[in-house]
Amino acid sequence: MKKTTKLFSLLLTAAIAATSLAGCGNNGEETTNGTDDSASTSTQAIKIGGIGPLTGGNAIYGQAVKNAAEIAVEEVNALGGIQFELQFQDDESDAEKAINAYNKLKDWGMQISLGTVTTQPCIALSTELNADRYFALTPSASSTDVLGGQPDKDGNVTIPRKDVMFQMCFTDPNQGTASAMYIKEQNLGQKIGIIYNNSDAYSTGIYQKFQTEADALGLEVVSVKTFTDDSANDFTSQLNDIKAAGADLIFLPIYYTPASLILSQADKMMYDVKFFGVDGMDGILTLKNFDTSLAEGVMLLTPFTADAQDELTKNFVAKYQEKFNETPNQFAADAYDCIYAIYEACKAKNITADMSHEDICDALIEQFTSPDFKIDGLTGTGMTWSETGEVSKDPKGMVINNGVYVGM
Amino acid sequence: MTFISNLISGISLGSVYAIIALGYTMVYGIAKMLNFAHGDVIMVGAYISFCASTYLHLPPIVSIVIAMIVCTILGIVIEGLAYRPLRRASSLAVLITAIGVSYFLQNAALLIWGSTPMTFSSVVGFDSIPLFDGGLIVTSESIVTVIACIIIMICLTLFTQKTRIGKGMRAVSEDKDAAELMGINVNVTISITFAIGSALAAIAGVLLCSAYPILTPTTGSMPGIKAFTAAVFGGIGSIPGAMLGGILLGIIEIFSKSYISTELSDAIVFAVLILVLLIKPTGLLGKKMTEKV
Repeated sequence: MKKTTKLFSLLLTAAIAATSLAGCGNNGEETTNGTDDSASTSTQAIKIGGIGPLTGGNAIYGQAVKNAAEIAVEEVNALGGIQFELQFQDDESDAEKAINAYNKLKDWGMQISLGTVTTQPCIALSTELNADRYFALTPSASSTDVLGGQPDKDGNVTIPRKDVMFQMCFTDPNQGTASAMYIKEQNLGQKIGIIYNNSDAYSTGIYQKFQTEADALGLEVVSVKTFTDDSANDFTSQLNDIKAAGADLIFLPIYYTPASLILSQADKMMYDVKFFGVDGMDGILTLKNFDTSLAEGVMLLTPFTADAQDELTKNFVAKYQEKFNETPNQFAADAYDCIYAIYEACKAKNITADMSHEDICDALIEQFTSPDFKIDGLTGTGMTWSETGEVSKDPKGMVINNGVYVGM
Repeated sequence: MTFISNLISGISLGSVYAIIALGYTMVYGIAKMLNFAHGDVIMVGAYISFCASTYLHLPPIVSIVIAMIVCTILGIVIEGLAYRPLRRASSLAVLITAIGVSYFLQNAALLIWGSTPMTFSSVVGFDSIPLFDGGLIVTSESIVTVIACIIIMICLTLFTQKTRIGKGMRAVSEDKDAAELMGINVNVTISITFAIGSALAAIAGVLLCSAYPILTPTTGSMPGIKAFTAAVFGGIGSIPGAMLGGILLGIIEIFSKSYISTELSDAIVFAVLILVLLIKPTGLLGKKMTEKV
C-alpha cells in the first residue's frame, strides 16, 4: 500500500514538472558535449579543441565562439588544403570543469587548442597547456594572467610567461587603458563612477588599469563601488552613492548579466546617466527577454561590429545569420579570426595532421612571434603578435542605437 | 538624501527577506524542522510566473496565482514525499533531507529551464515615484513589496489567531502528541503549513525577481539563506519576529554596503546575527522556552 502511494506521488511530481514545462519549449540552450558532427571529420584533419561556457551565465560567449569557429573550420576545409576538425567542450565558465573538458580533448587527440572563452578558467588551463606543450590561441580570455610574464604594479613578474599562450582579444589592461583614453579623447564624461566585480580577475584587472590611466589623463573618478559574485543582486546602494557623487558617466568593466541588472535598477531609480562598458558588455542585447530599450545609448569598446561594410564582415555576418539566426558578436568574430590565424600559421609552417602536438606547438610559436606574420581578419587588419602573446590591433567605440551596435 | 534612498532600498530588500522568512518561521514553528528547500521553491515560483507571462502571455496577476498554485502543490508534495516519512526520525536526518530536496529542485530547474539567465519582467504596472523634485526616487517595486509584506503578515497573524486551522497549528507547535489526542490531524496541519509557506514563497519569488530581474536556477539560494538568518534573527517561530528580522537585515545589508564595504556586507550581516544570538539566544522576538526534564 505504502509503495503504491509513493509511486503515485512520484507520478504526480512528474506530472507537475511536465505541466510547468508546457509552453517553455526551446527555452534552455542546447548543450553539446560530444564531438561536433557539423565540423568535417576527415582522417587527415588537424584536431583543434575549444572550451567555453555553452550553458550557464556566460553561455552567450561560448555559443558565439563555437558557432563562429565552426563556420571558419568549414570554410577552411572547403579551400581543400589543410583540413581542420573541431571539438568544443562546455565548461560553464568554471575552472574545474574546464580542466575536465581539457582532459577529454586530450584523450580525443587534440593538437591545437583555442584555450577557453572566459578568463577565469583560462588562467587555470593555461598552466596545464604550457606544461603539456599545446599551442593555444584564445579568442577572448583577456587577462594577462592567461599569458603570464607581465609585471604587476610593483614591476615584479609573479607568473612566468607561458609561451604557448596567445590572445586574439585585447588584454584587460589594454581595455582599461583604451577605455580611459577613449572617454577622455571623446570627452564623454566629466565625473566618472565605476562599478566593478572584485571577486573576478577580469573585472578587477580592467578597473585597475582604467584607474591608473584616468589619473594620468586627469579624468575625475568620483566614486568607485564594488560587488562580488554573491552580492550581484542589489545595486541600488552602489547607484545611490554614485548618483550622490554626481557622476555623469558610469564605467562598467563587467559581464552583461550584472550589467543588465544595473541598467534596470538605474532606470527604476530614474537615474539618467551614460554607461560605458568593455567587451563583457557585448551580449546584453541577446539576453533572453531583456528590454533592449534599457541599453539604449550604452557605449562599449569592441574591435568588431556586425554592421561594418567590408566584404569579409558582410560575408561572415550573412553566413552566421543564415546558420544560427543571430547577429554575431565580437566573441564570434574573435573566434573566426583565431581559426584563420591558426590556418595561416599552419600553412606557413607546412604543418600536417600526423605531427605531434609538441612539434606543432613549437612551429606555431615561432610563426606567431615572427615579425612578418600579419593577419587581416574581422577584428582588425595587419594584426601581429608579440613575444608576450598579446595581439596588436585598434579598438573601436560602439554605441547601442535602436537595439543595434553603431560605430561612434 | 542618499541616506533616505538607502533606507528605502533597505526596507524594500528587507521586505522580500521578510516574506521568505515567514515561510521558514511557520514551518519551523509548527513542524520543528528547517526547510532549506524553501529558497528553491522561491526560484520555482519565479520561473512558473516567468513562463506564464512570457510564453502564455497571461496578465501578471494571473501568472502570480498560477505560480502560487504550483508552489502550493509542490510544497505539499515535498512534505509528503520527503519529510513525512521522517516525522519520527532525528532532526539531523530531516535537515540533510531538506538540503537534498534543495539540490534536487535546483538541478531539476537546470534541466527544465537551462542555466542561461532570463530577464524577468516586473509584475508591477506603474512607474517609480519621484519626490522632492527628483531628489528621492521611490521605486514602484519597493512600494508593492512593502505593502505586500505588511498585508501578508496581518493575514497570517489573523489566520493563526482566529481560525480553527490556525488554532490547530498553534496547538501542534506547542505539543504534537497532545494536539493529536485533542483530535487535531497533525499530518494535515503540517501539510497546510507547507502549503501556505510555499504559496508565500511564490509571491516572494515574483517580488524578488521584479526588483532584481535576473532569473537563474540558483536565484533563490542566497536570498533563502539570508531570509533564514532573518528568521533566526527575529526569533524563529515568531511571525512578527520574521518580519522585523527581515527588514532589519535588509537595512543592515544595504547600509554596510553603502557606508562600510560591499565585500564585508555579508560578513557584517552574519556578525550582527551572532551578536544578537549571544545576547538573546531566542532571537529578538523569540519566545523563551523552558526545557522540562
